[in-house]
Amino acid sequence: MSQSAPDLTVDSVTGIDVSLAVAGPGARSYAFLIDWHIRLILAFAWFAFGALLFNGRMSLAVPATPNSRWFVLVLLPAAAIYFLYHYVLELAMHGRTPGKRAAGVHIVTRDGSAPGVGALLTRNVFRLIDCLPICYGVGLVAVAVTREHLRIGDMAAGTLLVYERAAAAPPAEFLNHATLDATGMEIVQELLARWGALDPEARVALARRVLSRYAPGEPGEAGDGTGATGEGETLRRRLERLTGA
Amino acid sequence: MSVRGNGAARERALTVSLMKRAALWRDADARARRLAHGRSDDAADATRMADDYRLLAHDLARVRTLLPDSRTREYLEAAYARAHATLHHGAWRLGSALLELFRDELPGVSAALAPHIAWSTGIFVLTVAAGYALVDRYPELIALFASPDLIASVEHGRLWTAGLLNVVPSSVLSVQILANNIVVSLIAYCAGFFFGLGTLYILGLNGLMLGAVFAFVSRHGLAGQLAAFIVPHGCVELSVMCLSGAAGAAVGEALVRPGQASRIESFRVAALSSGKLLAACAVLLVGAGLIEGFVSPDPRFPLWSRIVIGVGYWAVMLALLSGRLLPRPRGR
Repeated sequence: MSQSAPDLTVDSVTGIDVSLAVAGPGARSYAFLIDWHIRLILAFAWFAFGALLFNGRMSLAVPATPNSRWFVLVLLPAAAIYFLYHYVLELAMHGRTPGKRAAGVHIVTRDGSAPGVGALLTRNVFRLIDCLPICYGVGLVAVAVTREHLRIGDMAAGTLLVYERAAAAPPAEFLNHATLDATGMEIVQELLARWGALDPEARVALARRVLSRYAPGEPGEAGDGTGATGEGETLRRRLERLTGA
Repeated sequence: MSVRGNGAARERALTVSLMKRAALWRDADARARRLAHGRSDDAADATRMADDYRLLAHDLARVRTLLPDSRTREYLEAAYARAHATLHHGAWRLGSALLELFRDELPGVSAALAPHIAWSTGIFVLTVAAGYALVDRYPELIALFASPDLIASVEHGRLWTAGLLNVVPSSVLSVQILANNIVVSLIAYCAGFFFGLGTLYILGLNGLMLGAVFAFVSRHGLAGQLAAFIVPHGCVELSVMCLSGAAGAAVGEALVRPGQASRIESFRVAALSSGKLLAACAVLLVGAGLIEGFVSPDPRFPLWSRIVIGVGYWAVMLALLSGRLLPRPRGR
């Protein structure tokens, strides 16, 4: 996530604001490049498939004279896939495209909601300006110089690109007989969740530090007598006891 | 000391009671995710969603104070943002959105843009006259406006449109023309971003070209044929040129004279509002493209039928823009 990207803070009727991290030029470019490749590949795939069927042999040759079947079945759908990709997918996926999903961003309005049909169409119509003179030059400059990283289409439609919030793990049940406070519970649960992935020595050291802080007086438990592995197992059980499990 | 101790105990009790609501948060988040991606007409779902939103807001406020740097806060911030987006999600019904646009909003937008439409029409007419006068006086200047093939064809006493259907099928011609016209309209609108100057140039250039070509064919006695070709589709096509110019001019004016609002805010309001006129322009250009592909180049259509089609379609356009084509139901 770009450090310089500001947050979009949206007032809510509840009085508790909603905070959304605005996507910067990097995430935008990444999303665009993925989408561009997808639409290019899809359009070419349709063209190639249609041309092979039309010609009835392994040839992508274009008819020498204008032909309505060629135009309607091959050329027009391929052009539609390429040019209408953003319009159709952003409408169908509520402000997202496959590229935006991959980059972890989506389009929102200034009130934090998904944009409507009019805003999405306006946003995409102004690509005609953003893509000038080549390779989205105007759009990139606009994104780089505006505080909220807006291209001209976003300014016209009142939209922004924000990061999807990473799916944080939901807090576990807080059991009545747990002896930890909430912060301690989070630390212990995270350590237990990562237990298998940690180096045995590192997890033993971490477990000792956590236990010395949250259960300093609690007596230990006899291990299985197999050295570090046994001690690790003992510490893990003590940690689990702390969470009330 | 005991006051501080009581405060800490109270804070711990509050935190514990808060954390015991984790199951409610998970349910609320699951409901927000489900409703965000589907459609529900169940009023109970909407009521529960509103309750969830209040619950998450309330608990997030407490978590921000009690556990400011915790994963619990991270989780609740995300769940609350999702619930907010789901609750404020507009209705995504394309059919009713289009009906609302063409029936309820378009007449108002057209009326609001009436001065811009008058100005862009005036500029277009003036540049047509200027183009006509220029080529009428200096015929050699036609090379600036028309292709060598077009010039050669007219100089041989034949319009370039004659026999067009022998070369290109009507369906292909229609789609090519309507796609081209829609792109030109969109460019005229978007070019308003350059403080209106882009729109002015596009309108002016198209007007000059039309006037120049008319003057050139007139000198070769083909003006009547060209008029007969243009009438069926041209009444609407040229009007749409002026309409998209008006939409672009409104965008330009918003940037030149933003008034009390900031320039970006003024631009946003003008672009979203005048963009609605572009939707009508696109629809009208589809019809004009079909007429231009199937009727205009076909010599079997007599002049009177061409006039009826052209003027009739133009009347439909006026009815659409004024709200008479799709009247609102009584009582609204």
